[in-house]
This record gives sequence, structure tokens and C-alpha cells, in this order.
Amino acid sequence: MVKKTIKKTKPVVRRVYLDYAAATPVDPKVAKKITGDLPGIFANSMSFHSFGQAARAVLEESRQILAQMIGAQSREIFFTASATESNNLALKGVASANKHKGNHIIISGIEHACVMESAKWLESRGFVVTRLKVDNFGLVDPLDVANAINPSTILVSVMHANNEIGTIEPIEEIGRICHEKNVLFHSDAAQTFGKIPVSVQKLNVDLLTASSQKIYGPKGAAFLYVREGVKIDPIIHGGGQESGLRSGTSNVPAIYGFAQAALEARRLMASESKRLKTMRDRLQAGIMKTIEGSHLNGHPQKRLPNILSVWFEFVEGESMIIQLDLRGIAASTGSACSSAKLTPSHVLMATGVRPQEAHGSLRLSLGRYTKESDIDYVLKALPAIIQRLREISPFKKSEETKS
Amino acid sequence: MKKPNRKLCPAAAGSTYTDKVIQHFQTPHNYGKMENPDGIGKVGNIICGDVMWLYIKVGKNSSKKEIVSDIKFETFGCVAAIATSSAITDMAKGKTLEAAQKIDKAGLVKELGGLPPIKLHCSVLAADALAEAIYDYYQKQKRAIPKELETKHIRISAEKKIIEEKYKDWVDIEEKIQSKRAG
Ligand code: FES
Repeated sequence: MVKKTIKKTKPVVRRVYLDYAAATPVDPKVAKKITGDLPGIFANSMSFHSFGQAARAVLEESRQILAQMIGAQSREIFFTASATESNNLALKGVASANKHKGNHIIISGIEHACVMESAKWLESRGFVVTRLKVDNFGLVDPLDVANAINPSTILVSVMHANNEIGTIEPIEEIGRICHEKNVLFHSDAAQTFGKIPVSVQKLNVDLLTASSQKIYGPKGAAFLYVREGVKIDPIIHGGGQESGLRSGTSNVPAIYGFAQAALEARRLMASESKRLKTMRDRLQAGIMKTIEGSHLNGHPQKRLPNILSVWFEFVEGESMIIQLDLRGIAASTGSACSSAKLTPSHVLMATGVRPQEAHGSLRLSLGRYTKESDIDYVLKALPAIIQRLREISPFKKSEETKS
Repeated sequence: MKKPNRKLCPAAAGSTYTDKVIQHFQTPHNYGKMENPDGIGKVGNIICGDVMWLYIKVGKNSSKKEIVSDIKFETFGCVAAIATSSAITDMAKGKTLEAAQKIDKAGLVKELGGLPPIKLHCSVLAADALAEAIYDYYQKQKRAIPKELETKHIRISAEKKIIEEKYKDWVDIEEKIQSKRAG
């Protein structure tokens, strides 16, 4: 029985991973460092014995590396387990510690779910949340921030770059406005840290989120930068690690890997962003040229170099993703059918894309191991997939309507 | 029930679909438009916004009973929606109209070796489309409509209205094509 089915197996000729915005593979050099050094850094960094102190030394060294990368001081870096946790901490922690000042929070309408949901939760606890509109490119207008701020505003949170469409927000200017009005400003930099320059001074942020697993480090490590003097309460209580802001035994091996991955990301940043942008632009031009009824999502210029989001008329995204997967290509979509809630991407909706258009959305995100030949492969496979799905779809521009 | 063998589709191994679903999805049976159908079922899925159009031709079998002699579908939807569309055309082809009306979600899901829970609603879409196509045929023939079919039709029409509003411009284009063909 088993033999029979194996005979029918069509081997996948090629595997092309184009979902780096969702997760990156761990850099083999980083993985080797972690596993090699693991025996020496297993201990609890809070322990006073030499085992614990060895772990602590690595923890603090990693903190320093990461702090330097964003132009912060070591004591302003607080490790967490994920960008989601950092964002939860930023919103809930700041709201809790500053509620005597006011109860108003401003976020953009295209934040990651962890910010959207944290804000919603705060709303249920009596906070008032303003969700800023974005334009068709996904850009927040700094003027809208200025107009939304009122005397009870305590926090503004706008992501550095959007994970679905790659649009880079005018963080510097939004930060300047917040500081003029004496309001704290947080930015989720999970998609930008390690890919484009991120300086907390230049960006005028008070809090900033960064993650290891988006920059070829292991999962389970992230940080929240908190500018010295900013009032913030912990959301996880316990043994008082991370200066009391985030209890729980520090995940030293993952944090170590995070810092090592960050060093490598910094080393490669300039060359990689140039290389990825060239490939991404070629992919984009190729798709637009060969596939009729394809449309770009996000900002054509103010965009991360590695993200391409498009939508195709008359096809559904999950079908597209599985067709691509059957050809060894990994991508993602904002289609309602592929979401756990069966609702289309809130990001695409916010940019004015209609639900049926979001249905046909496709995100291809490139990364360190993407090769030119991968782009060729996708450019060859995709048009046929779209054509096939359109043949099955009741909606198609047939010859008869063109005239 | 036989456990689906995921070895068949190594690429989609991580997907939640059975091999049977993937097979129908990859090489769907009976898709495309039909010239001069005897009945058309157009349904929309209010849950996620998918659309399925099903066409039937009615003939007679050797015992002079009316059967689905030909059937075709067009679906704008997910893997499960396309696979159930394809599966229902296989199941309905050659069946008497009476028997075809009885094909339901449960039968479809069984035929496909199961669907992820979140995708069960897609199989309802296929069953509805077939019921609507048969309803349309009866109506065009000015025949009495079985009670069950009538109740279904009332529910489906309400849902369809919501969907067609959503896809108005796309539906309009298609309707134009069809009337051009008929004319
Ligand atoms: S039809 Fe949308 S989830 Fe299947």
C-alpha cells in the first residue's frame, strides 16, 4: 500500500522560500555559535555561582551589542520572548504606569495584530483608542497624529514598517510631533531592525520593539527599548529579572543568538538591502508585465527592500498559495479564506483595497538566501498559476469584454 | 475511515488538506462555462466572500427518469471550495435529479476524506450551488418545486444578495458576456 502511493509521488524539483517577513531561517553561523557555547551558558543568569555568572556575562554582552546597534544604552534594553510580548509590554505597561496622566492611546490602523489586540484590550479596561487612517500606500500622515493628540493622550504607537505591504512610516516626524506635545512614542521595528538603519535618537522614539527571528536569529528572543525615565509597569511579574520589568529566567542562548545575528545583519545591511531591492524590483516588474490585472500594494518607493505585495484580479489567495506550494514556493496572502477569522487583511482594507481584491493578494518577501534563479523560477511559475485559477473562476476578463 | 496519506503531496504536506482535496484542486473535473445550460446555480459564501457558479444539463436515463447529464462549475474561492466544486460535479453527474438534490455537505466531506473544520462552510457552498441549479431548471420548466428545495432557495437567495452586492462590477461583466452569448 505504502509502496503504491510513494510511486505516485511527484518530487518537488525546487524549493523557494519567499516568506522571510514571516520568519527567517537561523543563520548557520549563529546556530553553530549557540550550540557550541550552550554548555557554558545554560545556567540561570540570576544565580551567584560561577555558572550563573557566565550566563549573565553573555546576557549583558548581548544587551550591549543590541543597544549599540540602535544607539541606546544597555540599561534601556529589556529582553522579552517575542515582538508580540514587547508590543504588549509597550502598550499595556505604558498605559498602566501613566493612567493618572490620561487614558488616550493612538495607534495606526495597520499595526500588527499584537498591537491592535492590546489596544482593544485596553479599550475594554476604560482606555480610549484612536486608530489612525492610512492613505492608499499605507502611509500615516503625521498631521493626523498631531490632530489626534489631546490633553489626555499618553501614548502613540506606529510601526516602523508594515509587515504585509512593506511601507515605511514617517517615524522621525511622528516622533518629533509626539515630543513637542509631550506624548510617549512607541514604534514596532520588528520588520526593520537589522534590515534598514534603526536609531532611537534619529527616529525620536521612546520605546521600540525588535525581534530575533526576523533577522536570522533564533525564535524566543526580542527586546523592548525603553528610553531612560519613561514610566512603564511590568505585565509579567516574578523573580524581578530585566530590572523588574520582565520576570522569568532569561533565555540566554536565544538572546546570545539574537545579538550574534544582529552583528551579522549589521555587517551585511548595506549590501543585502541593495541586492534584495534589485531582485525584488525585477520580480515586481516581471509580474506586472506578464500578468494582466495585477496591482501593487504598499508604497512604490517608501518600502522595505525585500517585500513585494500585489493583488491579482479574479483569483483567491489561498488557492494561489497552495498552487505555489505544490511547486515548492513559499509565500503568503491576506485573503479572508486563509485567515483563522475568515476576514480579509485589515492592512489591505485600510489602504482602500476592497475585500474581493484582498482575496487575490500575494506577499513575496525575499531574504538572505534568495537567489536570482529563485526569482526566475517564480516568474515562470506564477503566470501559469494565475491563468489556471482564472480559468476556474467565474470572473475573468474574457476576450468578449475587452472590445 | 482511511487516514489520508500525506506522502502524496510532499510540497503541501504542511497543509491541512487531504490528498484527495489536493488532487481535485490541482486537476479539477468539469470546470468552465457551459453553453446553453438547462439550469444555473449561482451562490455566494457570506462567510468569506467566495463565489460559485454551477451549470447543469438535464437528460433522461434508460428508465426515462430525469438525470444530470452534464455539469460544469466555476469557482472563485479557496482550495476547499474548488475541490468540493469538482467533487460535487463527479458525484452529481449521471444521478437522477431527485438523488442529486440529496447530495449534501456531509456526503461531500466524506468523499474528500475530510476537510479542516474552518473549511466546512466551503462544502455548503457546493451543495447549495447544485440545489440552486436544479431549482432553476424546475422553475424554467414551470414545474412544481419540491418543498425542501424551495426552503433552501429562500435562504440561499438572501445570502446571494449580500455577495452580489459585494462583487457587483465583476458580476456585471460576466452577466454581459452571458447575455451576449444567449443573444
Ligand atoms: S471558500 Fe473561502 S474559505 Fe473556502
